Amino acid sequence: MSDTPSSSPCVDREEIEKIAELARIRIAADQSDEVASRITRILGMFDTLQAADTEGVAPMANPLDATQALRPDTVTEGNRRDDFQAIAPAVENGLYLVPKVIE
Amino acid sequence: MQFETVIGLEVHLQLATQSKIFSGSATTFGAEPNTQASAVDLAMPGMLPVLNERAVRYAVMFGLGIGADIGRRSVFDRKNYFYPDLPKGYQISQFSDPIVGRGTFEIHLEDGSTREIGITRAHLEEDAGKSLHEDFQGASGIDLNRAGTPLLEIVTEPDIRSAEEAVAYLKALHSLVTYLGISDGNMAEGSMRCDINISLRAAGSDTLGTRAEIKNVNSFRFVEKAIQHEIERQSDILEDGGKVVQETRLYDADRNETRPMRSKEVANDYRYFPEPDLLPVVLDEAFIEELRASLPELPREKRARFVSDYGLGDYDAGVLAASRALADYFEAVASEAGDAKIAANWVQVELLGRLNRDERDITDCPVPAAQLAQLIQRILDNSISGKIAKQVFEAMWNGEGDADSIIAAKGLQQVSDSGELEAMVEAVIADNPGQVEQYRAADEGKRKKLVGFFVGQVMKVSKGQANPQMVNQLLAEKLG
Repeated sequence: MSDTPSSSPCVDREEIEKIAELARIRIAADQSDEVASRITRILGMFDTLQAADTEGVAPMANPLDATQALRPDTVTEGNRRDDFQAIAPAVENGLYLVPKVIE
Repeated sequence: MQFETVIGLEVHLQLATQSKIFSGSATTFGAEPNTQASAVDLAMPGMLPVLNERAVRYAVMFGLGIGADIGRRSVFDRKNYFYPDLPKGYQISQFSDPIVGRGTFEIHLEDGSTREIGITRAHLEEDAGKSLHEDFQGASGIDLNRAGTPLLEIVTEPDIRSAEEAVAYLKALHSLVTYLGISDGNMAEGSMRCDINISLRAAGSDTLGTRAEIKNVNSFRFVEKAIQHEIERQSDILEDGGKVVQETRLYDADRNETRPMRSKEVANDYRYFPEPDLLPVVLDEAFIEELRASLPELPREKRARFVSDYGLGDYDAGVLAASRALADYFEAVASEAGDAKIAANWVQVELLGRLNRDERDITDCPVPAAQLAQLIQRILDNSISGKIAKQVFEAMWNGEGDADSIIAAKGLQQVSDSGELEAMVEAVIADNPGQVEQYRAADEGKRKKLVGFFVGQVMKVSKGQANPQMVNQLLAEKLG
């Protein structure tokens, strides 16, 4: 990680479209420029954060000063398929149906 | 142009826990679809993951088994991608701080040489569900029973140089994890799945070539074939002056070829970030030391002990120590029969040969160790010859009883009665005057060869049951 603040970050329309695709979010073509400029402003905040001296500081994985509790390896959940599938849009032979994902 | 092959492997190992890594659902293989998928596995809103202690123990045991650095503080991260068999939209994995760090792995090659393969890391993660694309008009069916099954992803350095080394590594890995008991190692059920990273470079070069990744190969044989095919494909491209494209490919076993996955399936931009629903996992020394003390004898230790305690050759020791079940079987036979070398020979040649022929595993062997030991004892006490023993073994395999009862029922007991043998020898001599004359005229050196004819005849008359030492002695006396 670099300690030198980057020069003012800029997100262009192309990058917005790529991120939208990865996140499966639809952004109308006439909104891409507007979203790009808003995200660029948000990223401007990070310039300020980048200025902080983080030399020798370990990255924080969680803000809580605690460690993970472990669960014993026992089966505690039974079969509740009928309950879950009652609220599913489409099921067949016990499977959840989704739009076909490969041709 | 001479190319050097550079291979790195990523193995996804299913850990043999009762319940899932982050929920209390069962992990039993082959259950009815979605009957082992809880609200956590289905990513219902508000559900939180709770880490399975045994999954952590198994990961640490693996790390200790390869002498790796154990991550005293490891962190879970979200790996983001969209696919319907991953309902959360991210897989919980480990990225920057895995539970197992660097280690090494020794592999033995067929020519007797050994090589060290570096392990980069091993990390815990959850498996995804299964998508079924057939039989649903215009739709895909999703089964989430496998979602949340604990996986240990084991990543090697690009230290592997051939298909043979890759297979040797996978076999050694399979042996280690089943010794440790952390996985059932059942490849047919997907307990060990392999991604292969492979590139070629000019022989002697230090820089790596562009690699292709072959996904989800799930048998030793397919790994070998996929690598061989990929080496050929890439060298054809390079020899024609072309460039290998960095891409993910699938191995098609039916056509024995690799082909590119559709680009949609490879959005290789996972946007990892720390999983806020899980805290860092901190392991104390007592926990690690308790696991270290609980480790069983591992394959390389057992192999060395077989060489030093039983006087076996290194290769034979390696074959017998390859699986814990086979090693236990061999040791039971050796101690009951009282002769480790003959036991090793019988287990390796007859037993393994027969298991292979029937495509069975040692855990499903119809001849118990005690029975094989009894058969070997009958060879050692001269009740039967080695040749007859093979016949008895076949009968044992077919469930006809133990060695003693088969020998008795079939009248296979070796004939060691000197009167009976003498009569046979005399009959053979009387029936073959020509050969007798030839033998008597021959010098000492030739006689040794010629006597074989008479031994063979006596064996034929006795249906293989004559005691060969006694037959030789009698022939020497009678032929003069």
